[in-house]
Amino acid sequence: MMNNDSLDPRVNRLHLSDAAAPVIVNDGENWNIYEVFHQEKRGAHHEHVGCVHAPSPQLALVFAKEQFGRRKKCVNIWVVRSADIPAFEVEDEDMFANNADKTYRDASGFKVMEKINKYKAQQRGEK
Amino acid sequence: MPVDYRRQLIRLIEQHAHSEVMGALPEGTWITRAPGFKRKLALIAKVQDEVGHGQLLYNAAETLGKRREAMINDLLSGKSKYSNVFNYPAETWADVTVIGFLIDAAAIVNQVANAKGSYGPYCRALDRICYEESFHLKQGHDAFIELATGTNMQRQMLQEALNRWWQPIMHFFGPPDKTSVHGEKLMQWKVKMASNDDMRNQFPDAYVPKIWELGMTLPDAALQKNEAGRWQYTDPDWNLFFKVINGEGPCNAERMKVRKWAEESGRWVRTALMSHTAADMLPVA
Ligand SMILES: [Fe+2]
Ligand SMILES: [Fe+2]
Repeated sequence: MMNNDSLDPRVNRLHLSDAAAPVIVNDGENWNIYEVFHQEKRGAHHEHVGCVHAPSPQLALVFAKEQFGRRKKCVNIWVVRSADIPAFEVEDEDMFANNADKTYRDASGFKVMEKINKYKAQQRGEK
Repeated sequence: MPVDYRRQLIRLIEQHAHSEVMGALPEGTWITRAPGFKRKLALIAKVQDEVGHGQLLYNAAETLGKRREAMINDLLSGKSKYSNVFNYPAETWADVTVIGFLIDAAAIVNQVANAKGSYGPYCRALDRICYEESFHLKQGHDAFIELATGTNMQRQMLQEALNRWWQPIMHFFGPPDKTSVHGEKLMQWKVKMASNDDMRNQFPDAYVPKIWELGMTLPDAALQKNEAGRWQYTDPDWNLFFKVINGEGPCNAERMKVRKWAEESGRWVRTALMSHTAADMLPVA
């Protein structure tokens, strides 16, 4: 029997029923999340580009190549399970604030020109 | 992060992700019927991109704390929405060219604006998406031009498709600003970077001339640019818009049927590969 209910052949051929039986995806069914880092050219840093869901590191690499390596230039990819990345809390950002007292760690903390000019002025005075 | 900001972001990004995936359904059915090998290949690549956009956006939403499984369940139960435009049928190949050219163009207007928003993971996903969209637009425009410069029958086919899609395209940018429920707050928070009406005005500026220059018309006699540089148009039927959102569009039921079938029939693969010892969590963001 021909069934031409829809322009979508799947609806016709599979005789998808109208019975609205709920479909529920169980927790964990979409596997683990892996963070993806791609490298644009040899020698460059690997850079974080996003995530994929995968059941294993091997498949994470396959999915990452498909998702992030199929258009722009890419020579290598790393993946790592999100759960395996230790990170500071976002709220702790203030601990990275620069300490204004520690000018001895900056080039700007050393005023050499002042000293040179003072020395040169002195020399001129002695002549 | 304020609770309401987080909630609105999740709602918006999740809807965007669902739209990418559901949008692949009407186009996907045309892959085998696309005229010629080159068009088939381009359509396969485009549909793959759209599903990839869904993945990128689901990930952006996940960084806000909602799990992928929960988002899919909310789509399947009808709790969360996707773009109305995908609840209309693609009747002929001309419809597919109009979708590829103009629906993608409309999506680009929206995505380019929002890519400058306040939430980093969403903006980064949108940047990547926009890069791929430029190919969608170009291949759609190319297919559109081919019909527009073809035989009388091809031009007629294209004209009919334009007539069918013009209203859904005007609907695409969402309800008018004065009736939009979340609009103002989302703009304040820089989640949305342009109002619905502004985007609806930006779109004809870029694309209506590209339709008219090929001698095609649009089914709105009032459509024109006024002296102030704003486009004037007949308001689309907003009652219809809300009817379609609430499930009464021509294809809502069958789209959900196919989406549920895909979820059910792919389940054995997902569970076969599942590792029961692996820890699950959210992305690092
Ligand atoms: Fe897309
Ligand atoms: Fe697209």
